[in-house]
Amino acid sequence: MGMTMVEKILARATGQAAVKAGDVVEPKVDLAMSHENAALVLNQFLEIYKDTGLEAKVWDPSKIAIIFDHRVPAESSKTATNQKKVREFVAAQGITKFHDIRGDEGGICHQILPENGYVRPGYVVVGTDSHTTSHGALGAFAFGIGATEMASVWALGSVLNVEVPGTIKVVARGKFPKHVLPKDLILYLIGQISAEGANFKVIEFHGPAIEKMDTSGRLTICNMSVEAGATSGIVPPDAETLRYLKEVAGVRETAAVFGPDPDAVYDQVIEIDVSSLEPQIACPHTVDNVKPIGEVTGKPIQQIVIGSCTNGRLDDIEVAAKILKGKKVARNVRMLVFPASGRIFREAVAKGYISTLMEAGALVANSGCGPCLGVHQGALGDGEVALSTTNRNFKGRMGNPNAEVYLCSPAVAAASALTGVITDPRKGG
Amino acid sequence: MAKVVLKLGDDISTDIIYPGRFMATVLPTETPQYAFADHTEFNARLKKGEIPPGSVIVAGKNFGCGSSREQAASCLKGPDLVVVAKHFARIFLQNSINLGLRTVICPEIEAEEGDELEVTADKVINKTSGKSFDIVPLPKARQAIIDAGGLIPYTRQRVLAGKK
Repeated sequence: MGMTMVEKILARATGQAAVKAGDVVEPKVDLAMSHENAALVLNQFLEIYKDTGLEAKVWDPSKIAIIFDHRVPAESSKTATNQKKVREFVAAQGITKFHDIRGDEGGICHQILPENGYVRPGYVVVGTDSHTTSHGALGAFAFGIGATEMASVWALGSVLNVEVPGTIKVVARGKFPKHVLPKDLILYLIGQISAEGANFKVIEFHGPAIEKMDTSGRLTICNMSVEAGATSGIVPPDAETLRYLKEVAGVRETAAVFGPDPDAVYDQVIEIDVSSLEPQIACPHTVDNVKPIGEVTGKPIQQIVIGSCTNGRLDDIEVAAKILKGKKVARNVRMLVFPASGRIFREAVAKGYISTLMEAGALVANSGCGPCLGVHQGALGDGEVALSTTNRNFKGRMGNPNAEVYLCSPAVAAASALTGVITDPRKGG
Repeated sequence: MAKVVLKLGDDISTDIIYPGRFMATVLPTETPQYAFADHTEFNARLKKGEIPPGSVIVAGKNFGCGSSREQAASCLKGPDLVVVAKHFARIFLQNSINLGLRTVICPEIEAEEGDELEVTADKVINKTSGKSFDIVPLPKARQAIIDAGGLIPYTRQRVLAGKK
């Protein structure tokens, strides 16, 4: 019987010829990522070794990545103290893949990992962040875990008792119309299968529309797979993956390109023709409350956010800059832009996008998660409405349970910034 | 017997259970003060110690969806609450098992706030309505962790056994 992508990766990671969905395995971990919540991981890690008489040493400091992004620069003394403890731990353990609060090498964890070549096809990647699913864009099996689970990985180098997930195959055909983007595809899919439609499963993306999609777009769709409940999203690595690894990530060695077996067994196959796709909007307060833009155009908004691990990359900023060039953000809306990494920020400066956005009235802030998780840099007022390229619109998500968040692509966000109401970018702002 | 102290709907996210603005608080000893912080009445009762250990939260489908933040499980484990839901999101369920928070998968559960429930090995019995509902067992892959009393003691055994 043939294997899916995740079955192949877990077979390799457990040294077996084959595994199948439902098997319980203990895969070796190639990369273990944490952000500020490493403060909790290290607390749990020390707990494991308590009263054992053993020295608490991580299994392999070169395979651990720690990136500060959720609250940068620190919004409180408590966060700053947590970050300080993590820095001390990183130094004591010799962890090398550490990205502090810096303009040269800092940024959002799910951008830092791919752009530095830390993720390779076939890897098992775990992260103490639910959007770790992003890294399936490079053909890895990447999934989110909790802090105690990560402490166990730090100790053992493997994830205990993993049940091999079943897989949903998504085949995307056709050509994206102008102003319809990968974000619209993933929002549409989540709307179709619901927020729990892929619970405990992997979504494997196939088809001509995926083959033609660049790694940035693949990161967007894998990133939001978790919003359908998926353990991970994954794109079989191909020529585009190799291009990204070489040209963007600076990886010298050649990665193994592989796909699922032709006779792999899937739980479900979903076909989507992107040629007829419209811009999609996820309405409050669940990510699966997705409507075609025509049903919500004209809705007044007070805050626009472009950024996050979902849509804060150079192409996303470029889309916004092209729509806003020579125009003005409406007076009744504030537009916030958060480039996903320092590198992307500098590239956007070099290409003139940042000037364009600022001249239009957008506020461009430092790389990081920004207001996506409701900590700082853009909380909403009571009764306010945000339109955002981020990934979640749960009640309270952007810092206020008495506010609303709508999710969209960068094209919709930029077109709407010009009008102050939800606006279809195909009809001009 | 335990009383239902909070009845919730489907897709209760970790932003509802433990809002992101409190995520700088990480220690399991400190997180319970922010449990359901935006459900101000429930949170106030919890902080005043008015909710006895073993009390039950009843929820619909996909409880704990969203972020991987472990605070969402530890804040309910601290006051020793039990969550009975139609089903759970993956990471939340895993975190709960790892920390020893009692979670019960009960796809047909019907209960209201104030109802008295009895949770047996395979059923939830609603003593108030007289109805009983089947439990779906937790993933078999996890039983060893549950039996060890959580992931920390389980991994500690592994570390001590030198089985790396």
